[in-house]
Amino acid sequence: MIGDQPSTLLDKIWNNHLVHADPGAPDLLYVDLHLLHEVTSAQAFDGLEVTGRTVRRPDLCVATVDHNIPTTDRSLPVLDSIARRQMEVLRENAQSHGIRLFDVDDERQGIVHVIGPELGLTRPGMVIVCGDSHTSTHGAFGALSFGIGTSEVEHVLATQCIPQRRPKAMEIRLKGDRPIGISAKDLILAIIGEVGVSGAAGHVIEYTGPVVGSLSMEERMTICNMSIEAGARAGMISPDTTTFEYLKGREFGPSSDEFADLTMEWGSLKTDDGATFDRSVVMDVSDLEPQVTWGTNPGMVTGISGRVPNPDEIEDEEVRDSAERALTYMGLGPGTPMESINVDRVFVGSCTNGRLEDLREVARIVNGKRVHSGVHAMVVPGSTAVRHQAELEGLDRVFKDAGFEWREAGCSMCIGMNPDTLSAGERCASTTNRNFEGRQGRGGRTHLVSPATAAATALAGRFTDPRSS
Amino acid sequence: MEPFRVHTGVVAPLDQADIDTDQIIPKQFLKSIAREGYGDFLFHDWRTEDSGVINPAFILNRESYRGASILLTGRNFGCGSSREHAAWALRDFGFRAILAPSFADIFRENADQNGLAALSLEESVVRELLARAQSEAPLRLTVDLEQCTVADSGTLVASFEIDDFRKMCLLEGLDRIGLTLRQVEAISSFEQQRWPNRPEAAPEEPF
Repeated sequence: MIGDQPSTLLDKIWNNHLVHADPGAPDLLYVDLHLLHEVTSAQAFDGLEVTGRTVRRPDLCVATVDHNIPTTDRSLPVLDSIARRQMEVLRENAQSHGIRLFDVDDERQGIVHVIGPELGLTRPGMVIVCGDSHTSTHGAFGALSFGIGTSEVEHVLATQCIPQRRPKAMEIRLKGDRPIGISAKDLILAIIGEVGVSGAAGHVIEYTGPVVGSLSMEERMTICNMSIEAGARAGMISPDTTTFEYLKGREFGPSSDEFADLTMEWGSLKTDDGATFDRSVVMDVSDLEPQVTWGTNPGMVTGISGRVPNPDEIEDEEVRDSAERALTYMGLGPGTPMESINVDRVFVGSCTNGRLEDLREVARIVNGKRVHSGVHAMVVPGSTAVRHQAELEGLDRVFKDAGFEWREAGCSMCIGMNPDTLSAGERCASTTNRNFEGRQGRGGRTHLVSPATAAATALAGRFTDPRSS
Repeated sequence: MEPFRVHTGVVAPLDQADIDTDQIIPKQFLKSIAREGYGDFLFHDWRTEDSGVINPAFILNRESYRGASILLTGRNFGCGSSREHAAWALRDFGFRAILAPSFADIFRENADQNGLAALSLEESVVRELLARAQSEAPLRLTVDLEQCTVADSGTLVASFEIDDFRKMCLLEGLDRIGLTLRQVEAISSFEQQRWPNRPEAAPEEPF
């Protein structure tokens, strides 16, 4: 409640962070945690230098290198001199402004949206920003967390605040029983297919319903991560005992003495009965099957037993044009069964699906089997900690024995800024978040899938329902 | 930031919905540490063939759209990644305004920060103008932010709505950080009040 008014989770966090409000102007929100990486920060620090401003709260900033870092042997120098320079500049900026950096040789290095939660930096009720659109990931903890541009990174560095118009609140309620073998990735792909890639623009999504409550934290992160692919400003899930359990014992998490008080406070971070959302969507997940994208945006998606659609049957002219263009780019004909499409590459990793549970799921499916002879498959853990834990559990052996490459942590082929890219015409089953033209390399053809579907597809050499392998 | 008041220029029609920032500027050009110099890489994979030679069919490579400074395009322009390089590339190429039925939220903010006017027009008006920009090229339009109008040689072709604050920032070319720093006392007092109750937000020792 805010006063005696039933309120949404969004409103509660918003009001808790409201520093200043002027009629007509955006609200000024306080930022609790500012995450930084090498690709979108250099120009922001440069801007501070030019204007003679300083970093207001270096203690609330945390930086790491993830986007263009190689995932091969870390003892070798980075061959790409421009990428190397970008990482050096982050190092220099972190040092001169007193910002903690988890550098390439740090055990805590990893994709910024994997390490935030893993280190206990991400907490319920926070406002978190980062110069990266997948910052929505942290909403899994009941935080308001969103991506910003470089000018805004500079703004937050200088003021620890961000001016924002209050977005609308959208509820996506998942009902029914989640079928066995249906992953969080399948849920979010189906949601984007339903809502559309701009369907949640101007909104913050709150995911609700018993299906959501039954998800693990890592599954919740996968869902919130891809909220941006539906156009949402952020995604969030109200914190509960699953959230609190996850936070225990994390390096930067609350101490055990703080825990009782904090969980009490965090318990109020929920949308009250009687609060109204600006928009609500209800989806029944009972009949969902594993999802695969066929086109060049995440909303172009179908079930694994489905077929590539026929653009001629699409009424809206713009949607039809997009579908036609997508099929040409993807080299697919209308009506092709998804399960008949062969792949050249399989990629497991990213801030969407590069966490331990994802890797365990892949290992469970490929254990004792071999990747299809026509497929080049790789696993890139989301963080160095994930990599080490996976190695402790022997998952690396399972992957290598099956024919996967096992790499160091980073964004890797999700964005293809480092040497991990697709060649023109190569088709990839990928556990990442974007299948845009050229995303994984010019001319590369990306199909978004869950880790389980990626694993089953790697073994069969074509898209395969993981429930049958 | 350069103020945006009234701008007249050639319209380049890019008739496609959901153009993402990976198309506007592909990732291989994000490694620079500069804020300028991205114009040559705008729509790189569409402007060039796989071999690297110019693709003559792409709209921005056609003679009739040479020097275009107004981009006219489909809904949800700028979806995907938060890279401000997309706005920098459009600006560096010479665009001053982008007209579309809608924009992705982060892109619109990035455009605002760089004095690039991302303005939403009715979808039917955009369709009409797209057809005209293709058949009557080069179509020159005047975008008047003060009046919130788009005109063709003095004849009104569209009007648009824009949030007063965005409008003021664009018109004045305002330094947004400077605006926030005017509230520095409010920020300090927020910090003082907040933390006794919110230990999680204030690490005991700096990282």
